[in-house]
Parts: sequence; C-alpha cells; structure tokens
Amino acid sequence: MGKKLLIHNDKIPNIHTLNVYREHGGYASVEKALKSMTPNDVVEEVKKSGLRGRGGAGFPTGMKWSFLAKPEGVPRYLVCNADESEPGTFKDRYLMEKIPHALVEGMITSSYALGANTAYIYIRGEYFYVSRILEKAIEEAYAAGYLGKNILGTNYSLDLYVQVGGGAYICGEETALLESLEGKRGNPRIKPPFPAIAGLYGCPTVVNNVETIAAVCPIVMMGGDEYAKIGVGRSTGTKLISASGHINKPGVYEIELGLPVEEFIYSDEYCGGIINGRKMKAVIAGGSSVPILPAELILKNDKGEPRLMTYESLSEGGFATGTMLGSGGFMVYDETTSIVKNLYTLARFYHHESCGQCSPCREGTGWMEKILHRIVEGHGKPSDIDLLWDIQKKIEGNTICPLGDAAAWPVASAIRHFRHEFEEYINNPSKIKDVKHYYSVNQLAGA
Amino acid sequence: MAKVTIDGHSIEVPDGTTILQAARMIGGDIVPPTMCYYSKLKTSGGYCRTCIVKVTKGSEKDPRPMPKPVASCRTTVMDGMEVVNITSPEVLEARRGVVEFLLINHPLDCPICDQAGECHLQDLGYEHGLAKTRYDFPRRTFNTIDLGPYIKMHMTRCIMCFRCVKTADQITDYRVHGMLNRGDASEISTYIQKAIDNDFSGNIIDVCPVGALTDRTFRFKSRVWFTKPMDAHRNCTKCSGKVALWLKGNDVLRVTGRKDKWGEVEEFICNECRFEKKNVNDWTIEGPRHIDRHSVISANHYESLASLKLDIGKQQKALSTKK
Repeated sequence: MGKKLLIHNDKIPNIHTLNVYREHGGYASVEKALKSMTPNDVVEEVKKSGLRGRGGAGFPTGMKWSFLAKPEGVPRYLVCNADESEPGTFKDRYLMEKIPHALVEGMITSSYALGANTAYIYIRGEYFYVSRILEKAIEEAYAAGYLGKNILGTNYSLDLYVQVGGGAYICGEETALLESLEGKRGNPRIKPPFPAIAGLYGCPTVVNNVETIAAVCPIVMMGGDEYAKIGVGRSTGTKLISASGHINKPGVYEIELGLPVEEFIYSDEYCGGIINGRKMKAVIAGGSSVPILPAELILKNDKGEPRLMTYESLSEGGFATGTMLGSGGFMVYDETTSIVKNLYTLARFYHHESCGQCSPCREGTGWMEKILHRIVEGHGKPSDIDLLWDIQKKIEGNTICPLGDAAAWPVASAIRHFRHEFEEYINNPSKIKDVKHYYSVNQLAGA
Repeated sequence: MAKVTIDGHSIEVPDGTTILQAARMIGGDIVPPTMCYYSKLKTSGGYCRTCIVKVTKGSEKDPRPMPKPVASCRTTVMDGMEVVNITSPEVLEARRGVVEFLLINHPLDCPICDQAGECHLQDLGYEHGLAKTRYDFPRRTFNTIDLGPYIKMHMTRCIMCFRCVKTADQITDYRVHGMLNRGDASEISTYIQKAIDNDFSGNIIDVCPVGALTDRTFRFKSRVWFTKPMDAHRNCTKCSGKVALWLKGNDVLRVTGRKDKWGEVEEFICNECRFEKKNVNDWTIEGPRHIDRHSVISANHYESLASLKLDIGKQQKALSTKK
C-alpha cells in the first residue's frame, strides 16, 4: 500500500465540513506556516520537496514561486487552475468534491508563502456544483477565521474567491485563464511577459494546479526533505491518477511516483486489470494530449526496462518510443478499440476547442479532423496518412500556446505506432466501416 | 545596445528592439514576411506566425538556443543573439506550412478582389506557397457585411490578423467590432450588426492585409494597377491631411494613407479625407508617389517623365548594341 497524502481521508463521512476536516488534522499547515514560519521558509520547503506542477507540464513549483516578481506597492496574486478540461482527467474534481478544505488550506498556505492578499480559484463551468461546494467551504473558513483580515491573529490577510469559467478547454492554459478571469475573451497571451512578471491585471501572478496547491499542505507539515524521500529521482511525492477506459476498476488513485506501470494496470489495488480478460492494446498515459503508446511500449521502454509512473521514465525514448505523465489522465484501451476512430474523436475535440487566434492551430486542427472523418467514413485516400503526418508536423511548435502541440501529438503518435490500422481503414473501407468493435481485417475474415 | 546577428548579418540595436525590427534595419531578403504585425499599432503581431524564425543562440549570457521557432515580431533581442531565417530550411519549411494554412480557407478570388495587386497574402503565397493545394474540402464561406456606409466586410477572405481590432482599440474612441466564435468558425464582426461609425473608421481598410475590408466608394471601380498614385495634401482639421490619391485621368477614385515599403501607413487619416473629398480640386498634388519597381502597380506608373525617357533610352541602347 503506497503512502497517501492528499486523499487519505476521502472516505470519512462529512469530511467536506470544516469541523470534521479539522478533527482529522486539517488546517494544521496554516497554523504552522503562519505562526512559526516566514513566507520564505515555506518557499524553501517547497523547493526542497522537489514538487512539480501537477497540471501537465511538470515544472518545478518551488522554482516557479521563486520567479515571482516582487515590486513594491504592486499586489501579487495566486490563481488556482481548477479548469480541469483535459479529456481523461478528473482527479481535481474528486479532490475538490470530497475534500474542498484541502484546496482552501493549500490556497491559504501558498498565498502566505507568495505574499498574495487576494487569491482566486478559477473553476470550469461544467463543475458548477463543485463551485458550490468550494464556496460553502470558503464560507466556513471565513467564519472560523482562516480567511479574511488578520488570519489567526497574525497580521496576514487573505481574500479567496471562486470564479466559474464558461467551459472552454483553452481557459486551462494559464494566460488564457488570466484573460478569462479578467473578464475578457479567453485567448492565450503571447509570452513573454510570463505571468510571474505581468499576470492578472498586469500584476505578478502564480498559476498552479489544484493538486499542486493541495500538495503544499503535507509538504509544510512533514518538511520538504521528508516529502522528497517519496518517489524516484526528480519525480517526488504522490500523484493523483485518473484511471479510465477498459479496466476493471476505473477511478482516482493516489500513487507514489515510481510505481511500475504494469503494477498500476494489473494490480487489484489499482486498476485491477483489463476488462473481460481481454488484451491491452494501447494506453494514453497523461490525458488526451500526450502521445498514445502501444501495450508493449507502455509496460517496458525501448531498452526493455520496466516503465515506472514518473515524469522521466514515461518520457524515456522521447516521442519516438515514449510519452508523458502529463496531468495523469490514464486511459487504457483494449484490443477491440479502433485507434483511428479514437483519434478522430480527439481531433474533433481539438478542432472544437481551438481558440482561433493563430493560423496553424485554427486551420490545421479543422483540416486534420476533416481528413480523419473521411478515413473513418471509408472514403480515405492512400495519400491521407502522409498528409496528416505533414499537417501535424507543421502545427507542432509553431503556435502561441501548447494547444497546437496537444492537437498534433496524438495524431503523430497514432500514425507512428498504428500506421497499419490507418492503412486497413483506407484499403478495406467496406469491411471496417460500421464494425462495432475493431479487429484487424484478418481477424474479421476469420470470424 | 544589443548586438544581434540575423542570417550572418550583425547589427547593433537599442534594447527592447524586436528581431523583426532589427531585420528591417538590416533590410534585404532576410526580413521575415509579416501579415499581422503593424509597427504603428501596439501589441500587434504574434498571431499569423509567418514571421517565425529560429533563435540558435539565446544571448551572450545564456547561449542556449530557444526550443521552438519564435515569432520575430514579438521577441525582443538580447545581446549576442543569433537568429536564422532564410538560411534555415526548417524555418522556410515551417513558413511554407503557415502559408498553406492561411490559404486553405482563403477563397482565392483574386480576379474579382479589390485588394489584388497590393495584397500581402498574394505576395506571400507567391513567395512561399505551393503551386497546388492539398486541401480538397469545401472552403469556409461567410456572407459579406456592410460595416456602415463606407466599409464592406468580406469575412471569407479574412486571415484573422487582428489589425483592424487593434486599430479600433487604439486610434478610435470605442470599439464595436471584434472576434466572434471560436476556432476556424471564428469571425471578425460587429456586435449584432452595429455599424462602425467614427471619424477614423476608414483606417481599418488600410491596415487590412487582404481584401477582407474594402472601401465601398472604390469597390469594383478599377484595378489598382490602372490607377496612378499621387502624393497630395489638404488642410484638414481632424488629421494631417497627407494622403495618397489614386487617380484615373482626372478622377480621384480612391484616397488612402501613404504606405511605406512594408505596406504600413505613415499617418492615419480621417474619414472626411478618405471618403468625401473625391474631387481633384480639393487637393494640392505634390507629385507622383514612389512605387516599388517590383509592384504590379508600377507597370503603369512612372515617377517622372525624365526617368521614363532614360529608361526608354537604355532599352534602345541595349537593342542597338545587340545588333
């Protein structure tokens, strides 16, 4: 049984209320930080812990915090990115829904460390009911004196607000989120300047994922060095993984980073193996944007070593044979899945969610979707595969924000690892089309 | 001051200069093409991605190269920075990709487009585009909209450069148009078909790099290369009154701002000058406007009779020596 730091008490009844949460050790990190530590001490502990951003990019949080500009007379802001819109990711929702005070506590401690007197939780529009839960929790925290003026008798004050977004995927990108928070259209800004210099309302801002902020509480309580002992190498601590797809036990699991992927998929403690005893075909390891990997490459890397659930191990081999841990949206596909149809669904999503600011993403995502639609409908041409490859190559890296990359990587990896399947769709349209479950043409002929 | 090297050409520029501005100071073939950047408008640029370049050396202090191609119009130079543009096949390939993306939903109705001859997308397509399109789906179309009495909006031709939005933001009192919808369904439009009505609204026609915004007083009157541009001025209470007149015979067909060699107006002009003074007697004509020899407009246009005679003389001489 791995160590749990974030959702260890999620099964306790009424843990969403302040009193029950406090009985189980809640708000201890606020008391410890505000009463016995300086803001810099907290930043140092987070730096020592090696905590990396849990939203997808995996940037070291302590470093991000230390980049924050601190000009005199200008307010600083902490913004929590709860716009969890990556397909296949639902860990933040679980955390906020079950233990809303964990996020509120993390927000207070983190804001104290950054010297921010105003903090925002930007939550996606679809999580409307979660925003009600959070608002209730914030109300309780105000009443108990954890928020507002002079928290716990110290001279530190903090106001915390929940802002509900309109439900656009692009608003999960930090600068688009800030634009949306300011009341503008959620278009990503052109960087530099980075939010740490000029973010919300032009003031220095830190944007962190829900899970990152929640992880600050255990770090303050146990100390950065102790936290860094969990995990492997530069991937320290625990991570929430949203497991979904053709597995026996889909759900949110907290793992210690460094758990072997094979154990995660097949152990009864976690996913519990593939549904109906079928064979695993492919895995998307970190939310829909990261490259898809076939079963043999997700369990073992190209050198034959077993892959671990860490930032480094999953990305070993680059994009040729590796993937990314991303936001932890772990989607497992069994042998009956059609990779082409799955890719079409993803491409449709990115086409729908492209903001339309820069040309490669605006035009390219729509083009890829149309080609994939043609292939799925049985009208594909042999040249379409190379065309898709070329389009994704011309989108990747040439856009303002990472949405272009996120749209290009799934296409690239699907073609790289499952080219034969595209060819089957194009060469045998009548056989493949309208088949409920995908098998190869040979299997279909035998059946 | 910062020293920057672009394709092997070094130049010292003040801090805060962008790579594109530095390249324009050097001049020549190494200047990246731009579709959305406009030096007269703040925060413009960064959207079209045609000006992308590769930074092979970040700066003297931090020599690491930048991982992705960057938009040269929005990236400021650092001391010791090294940039490759036309010497990098990667950059040219990426730019070809951007041009292809810009063209896949463009109607290519140049034969009936008023912008033809002075269209930046035409030039860009000619220089970097493929001869054949790989896009075989129906192109996106929109209805044309009248934005007030003077401006026609052809959204189908738009490439989303945001120049008109920034113009309305920065040189007029209030903005009533902007981007609607998302992704490739996005369009520039007014808020529920409101008219753009202010004294400087006509400038959005000048800043448009394609034929999406056209002058309703000039539409389908003439091809631009059949008109003769003249520098002219008048006493105007609202603007500088310095304009370019586009004449056919003695008729003023069109009035625009004076555009420099990057296709950017030198000064914004008011609607009265642009749309209402269509009589040659309203203007004091200074002389023919300099038009780049490579432009299609120059085919019909000579800066002075003397240079014309010289040119003919040269040709005659060349012919006689050939014999």
